[in-house]
Amino acid sequence: MDDLLSEFLTETNENLSVLDVELVRLEQNPNNPELLSNIFRLVHTIKGTCGFLGLPRLEKVAHASENVLGKFRDGELTITPEAVSLILQALDTIKSLLAVLEATEAEPPGDDLPLIERLNLCAEGKLGGGAPAAKPAPAPEPTAPAVAAAEVPVPSSSGNVTLDELEAIWNATPGPTSTALAPVAPEPADEPAPSQDLVVPDAEPAPAAKVPAAAAADAAGSAGAGPEAAAKESAVAAQTIRVNVDLLENLMTMVSELVLTRNQLLQILRSQKESEFAAPLQRLNHVTSELQEGVMKTRMQPIGNAWAKLPRLVRDLAHELAKKIDLQMLGADTELDRQVLELIKDPLTHMVRNSADHGLETPAERLRSGKSETGRITLNAYHEGGHIIIEIQDDGKGLAIDKIKQKAIQNGLASEGELATMSDQQIIQFIMKPGFSTAAKVTNVSGRGVGMDVVKTNIEKIGGTIEIKSQQGKGSTFVIKIPLTLAIVSALIVECAGERFAIPQISVVELVRAAADSEHTIERLKGTPVLRLRNRLLPLVSLQELLRLDDQEGAEKKDDETFIVVTQVGTYTFGIMVDRVFDTEEIVVKPVAPILRHIEMFSGNTILGDGSVIMILDPNGIASATGEMTMGENVSKETTSVQATRQEDKMALLLFRAGAGAPKAVPLSLVARLEDVDLASVEQSNGMPVVQYRGKLMPLVPIDPAFAMESEGRQPVLVFADGDRSMGLIVDEIVDIVEERLVVQLTAERPGMMGSAIIAGKATDVIDAGFFLTQAYKDWFGSSSTDAYEEEKAQQRVLLVDDSPFFRNLLTPLLSVAGYDVTAVENATEALALCESGEDFDVIVSDIEMPGMSGFDFAEAVRQGGRWSAVPMVALSSHASPRDLDRGRQAGFTDYVAKFDRDALLYALQQTLSEQKGAA
Amino acid sequence: MSNAKLPTTTKKAKGDEIVSGGNQDYVTMTIADQLFGIPVLQVQDVLGHQRITRIPLAPPEVAGSLNLRGRIVTAIDVRLRLGLPSRPKDKPGMSIVVDLRGELYSLMVDSVGEVLSLSNDDFERNPATLDPRWREVSTGIYRLNGQLMVVLDVPRLLNFTTMEAA
Repeated sequence: MDDLLSEFLTETNENLSVLDVELVRLEQNPNNPELLSNIFRLVHTIKGTCGFLGLPRLEKVAHASENVLGKFRDGELTITPEAVSLILQALDTIKSLLAVLEATEAEPPGDDLPLIERLNLCAEGKLGGGAPAAKPAPAPEPTAPAVAAAEVPVPSSSGNVTLDELEAIWNATPGPTSTALAPVAPEPADEPAPSQDLVVPDAEPAPAAKVPAAAAADAAGSAGAGPEAAAKESAVAAQTIRVNVDLLENLMTMVSELVLTRNQLLQILRSQKESEFAAPLQRLNHVTSELQEGVMKTRMQPIGNAWAKLPRLVRDLAHELAKKIDLQMLGADTELDRQVLELIKDPLTHMVRNSADHGLETPAERLRSGKSETGRITLNAYHEGGHIIIEIQDDGKGLAIDKIKQKAIQNGLASEGELATMSDQQIIQFIMKPGFSTAAKVTNVSGRGVGMDVVKTNIEKIGGTIEIKSQQGKGSTFVIKIPLTLAIVSALIVECAGERFAIPQISVVELVRAAADSEHTIERLKGTPVLRLRNRLLPLVSLQELLRLDDQEGAEKKDDETFIVVTQVGTYTFGIMVDRVFDTEEIVVKPVAPILRHIEMFSGNTILGDGSVIMILDPNGIASATGEMTMGENVSKETTSVQATRQEDKMALLLFRAGAGAPKAVPLSLVARLEDVDLASVEQSNGMPVVQYRGKLMPLVPIDPAFAMESEGRQPVLVFADGDRSMGLIVDEIVDIVEERLVVQLTAERPGMMGSAIIAGKATDVIDAGFFLTQAYKDWFGSSSTDAYEEEKAQQRVLLVDDSPFFRNLLTPLLSVAGYDVTAVENATEALALCESGEDFDVIVSDIEMPGMSGFDFAEAVRQGGRWSAVPMVALSSHASPRDLDRGRQAGFTDYVAKFDRDALLYALQQTLSEQKGAA
Repeated sequence: MSNAKLPTTTKKAKGDEIVSGGNQDYVTMTIADQLFGIPVLQVQDVLGHQRITRIPLAPPEVAGSLNLRGRIVTAIDVRLRLGLPSRPKDKPGMSIVVDLRGELYSLMVDSVGEVLSLSNDDFERNPATLDPRWREVSTGIYRLNGQLMVVLDVPRLLNFTTMEAA
């Protein structure tokens, strides 16, 4: 049997059994959009594959079903049990057709018009309720198997068909030989989830592992050809065996153990001059190596396997669309973990199909725009910086920005105003949204808007990213980047401060030895090491400083001899300074423990041949940590965070430097004043440096606890003040004030840091002012305050509702400072849950723009009644136009404050509360 | 204390089979002369001194990682996690390997004792005055002959996010 066909059969049968289960689940929860889109995708895939394999009858049935599902998805049809059974019936027809296909390698003649007609009726919403389920199968069904399948009720909770049901099918099938087929049907053993399985080629036959659904369908379908079908079936089964990934993983671990033991033995052998163990050990050595290689191979497959289908696909598409397409495939032998491969296969197919359909123009159009008649699609796979990169490039017309804009407005994804402020890069991202298709008409090939969001989900599932570059008239490029979590790489082992690290060989360009006596020496520019390399200055990164390793061997080794690993990430080349360079070694990258994932410097860890654990450095992480980023990386980062930032607004940030590492930032609204303190006037009080400031003592707190203050000169200080207390934060240098959208990636692994953000194109630490305030005054937020005024306020409870963790973190300390007891929640639903659980608050401060229930809706919900209906509410919003104010009042807000106006917020709270008190 | 209080505490200790029986089995260990216990069913391995690879930039409580029969195990210095000074260099120490959501962690302690079967009657909830860091990672205390044993809650011990806030 044709390889393609047999693969199609296995895959489709798998999909069908998933579909059975999913459809039944959908019937039970018709409002689950995820379930629905998954079903839609599966049917779409079946249709697509049928299409390019040239199976028109199957394709028609699938297409008609997909139409119905499409209507479900768009909400044009409600999901009724009747409609679901109709779809299930269509699936059964597909199954029976597949059975015949498997037996005879050709579709049975005839068509399924009655079924298709009913599907179309259903799609138009004309199918009356209660019709199909009880109805007998359409009478004019031409082939026996289809009738059989249609009559058999589908088992409700599983995709498998039991023997009893098979028997039923058999009895229901009018055929000449109505005996003895049931026994050939294999045990319908429960299959593990498909994604857990691997197909290992050329293995022992294992008939029991055959997909039961296929077998069942087969049995039903091969009414006239019993023995022949059975033989075929076992032939298909003989080529592959399904093995659970866990089993392979286990094998791999065992083999690693074996390798380690072998290495130890070899080590012992080397120390003995003559040993009778030498020969057998040598043999063991070889066998072990081969075993290791073999086990590795079971997981690794060249990406070419996933591409095998594409030439045919492209050929057929070219034919269908009357285009001339040339498909080039580079780097087909790049190895990928099989599991990863499975997951990117469908996305790749979709993308190539998209390129052919949308991307490339017709020959006439191409000639008109001065290109050659034949369009080109290039697939390129390679390793880069510890990632596998797959590029899909076409030289077509590029993405139509205008059309995307139009569609985005149509679908309500963005307003015209928002679009106007977006770059083309950002607009392109819309094509990754579900249900987004710019193709004017829905063709067989593409245009249902199912493609790109599937692509994105699948790629993100394996921790990858996808980047789109497009140039009007020149073509578009999709770059898929997949981390190599499971891939085998060769790595360079280096040592720094007594610790060993692995650097993926792929990103290493060359090694340079720098010592006093060699031609290369490290020079320093204001402390920053650089290296002259072939008439260029190479920026250097000291691994020791970067990883904050303490030098154990003492300082005398320093400057003696240093090795520089010249590393390239994208277009950025830099050198990593290490103490020693060892060998290269083949390693299997294992992910680091969850508690260490936030450390960007490492892409994983591994076990070396000698049994020791070693961390694998991530050149990308190092590059970004050193502040340099290639433009391409920056762009992709920014665009991926677009959605996250849309709701945030620009705020003024004060940028400064303090201590080592990235520049730091603090929201300007928190800073009262900037001062330049004369260090000679600094006094010590209570073990803390203080300075007399406006007639009061102001404690000074350094960002870095290890900071040693000079005794003279001047030092810039950020003054934070509240009431009559103030505190000075010592910094090295005030850099700038910028207006930026702030997206904090909350890491908080260090006290005093809220997280990092990209500010002015650089990774910047956003400091947690609250932390330093408590450093100066232990009781800054304290409830232990003896101030009567404060104490009274502390009774007042504020509920803060804001979806942005940043603002929650910003406002909570701010309000606490002001003496309120703050409870922060991230959405209205949580807030209402608090109401229900009996919490009481004196005032509610709520954001307006929130996902899910907006601030207005929230206010209305609160005002509608219940215990909170009288609690004053203050709206926080970046839009504080009079119209917004009115809307807010209408919804039930007592006051409306601009989001970044700290004083106004405090004032509003005070006002609201005192009014409340007056009224009470 | 009465048995009536027990259900609330047993619910928290997920994974061990404290349901009806009157006795629980614990692996005991000492850290800075204090006896601690971990439910025996959560313990995978007990290790002697191991070669540990340090992990730069990791939280201080993470001592490093080690190779346990081909699996990478993250070593946690329980002393630091409990706010105690680190172990003197000359004492080799031992480790208890536990599994949390499929990941292995090696808890570095001073020494590992024996398996004790303890009666629920001797169980008591944490005294309110216990050091907050300890209270956070402990489910309760057993009153033994002559000493007290603190029961460590493995998931909470390995929950580093709460530690930041502390």
